[in-house]
Amino acid sequence: MNHTSDGEQRHPIPTRVTHWLMALSILIMIGSGWRIYNASPLFDFTFPDQLTLGGDVDAALALHNDPGVASAIAWHFAAMWILVASYLGFVLWGVLSGHFRRDFLPVTPRSFWQDFTAALRFRLEHRLGHYNAVQKLFYWGVLLAVALMIASGLAIWKPVQTYPLELLFGGFQGARLVHFLVMAGIVLFLIVHVALVILVPKTFVAMVLGRASEKSALAERNLPKGNVS
Amino acid sequence: MNLLRRNLLRNTLPLGALTLLTGCDVSDSDAVQRVLAGFSAWNDRVQAALFSGQRLAPTFPDHLAVKEFRYNAWYGPDKAPNLAPDQYRLQLAGLIADKRPWTVDQLHALPQVSQVTRHVCVEGWSMIGKWTGTPLRTFLERVGADTTARYVGFECADGYYEGIDMPTALHPQTIMAFKLSDEILPRRYGYPFKIRIPTKLGFKNPKFVTTLYVTNQQPHGFWTDRGYNWFSGI
Repeated sequence: MNHTSDGEQRHPIPTRVTHWLMALSILIMIGSGWRIYNASPLFDFTFPDQLTLGGDVDAALALHNDPGVASAIAWHFAAMWILVASYLGFVLWGVLSGHFRRDFLPVTPRSFWQDFTAALRFRLEHRLGHYNAVQKLFYWGVLLAVALMIASGLAIWKPVQTYPLELLFGGFQGARLVHFLVMAGIVLFLIVHVALVILVPKTFVAMVLGRASEKSALAERNLPKGNVS
Repeated sequence: MNLLRRNLLRNTLPLGALTLLTGCDVSDSDAVQRVLAGFSAWNDRVQAALFSGQRLAPTFPDHLAVKEFRYNAWYGPDKAPNLAPDQYRLQLAGLIADKRPWTVDQLHALPQVSQVTRHVCVEGWSMIGKWTGTPLRTFLERVGADTTARYVGFECADGYYEGIDMPTALHPQTIMAFKLSDEILPRRYGYPFKIRIPTKLGFKNPKFVTTLYVTNQQPHGFWTDRGYNWFSGI
């Protein structure tokens, strides 16, 4: 969201391309990660096969004596390159273009608390082209979460070649646990993120076409300005 | 609230239709498998570049070594090959000068080292064990193997087969493990020896080895033929 003005949201090409590449690769990472998790669960539950990525489980068992974990790992270690590249691209662009400074800052505890309580009462104003403090913190949170996923994932993929790294997570199994818990955090983010996009669909238009403004939205639907409550 | 609900309903419908699409998993398509295989080959090259012949896998104090090591194979322990010590011979093939087969006694007479290292399974579980045996490098030099060749391959009594890159074969912690927890390797763990490689995932550690060969052609692997990554370094 660069070059913002109230009531209009613009996303330049680098933001949109890296956003959608991250979205695609994160979905692949989650789906394949759940299939890999099922092969050696950390907790007393497994994910339903239909929600995981890695092909037909029964067919793979019949063919390979393997529940599609080979395919899941192949997905995981392919999509990780797309995720790392698009994440680095997004962060680099965010810093260099001023997008982060302009749109994700400042976030003060006070403004967060105000916006947070307003959101809970469904009284949070939403203007296209302007992020409230809750949103800002949310975006910082998910950016940090992806960085943690990459670091813990590297510790799991290369526990020998990057050995001291796993100690930050409490060892190899600790890194697996962090990788899982942060995944859960990202899934929660996705649920809220998508729910809010459904509530304010113009944000989706902006992220696809690069631009959306409140004016046309108002004209079309005759909504009172800037309040969805 | 009314507006909010109406917006939610109206905008959720197309999204619901979209999520139905995720039900169709494209993993089993040949084209997708080819793309994934391409990424896997790329990952082989990245891993070979990341691998250092000098960097050692972490070692642990003896008391952390698990005594009852996890049994792991696609068949039960009662189906494990039962190789008779007096009949067993290790066959050598490929780019090796002295291809005379080896008996168990001859193998046991080789110089041995111990390591307490971690076995990491591709599924995610890990276990620390104590293995004792001969560095593969020592053996390869003893039999006059061409260590400028690219790969070392293994054929096993249980139908398993694997192969590793030469830098890993020459790594100081890659050993022919004759013992687990200070005892002669029990039958179910791969008697008379398993190739213990703490810098590779568990499935790259073949058991019941009956043939060892040196080659410039990338050997197939039991699980890599089933879609797992070939290099599988850790």
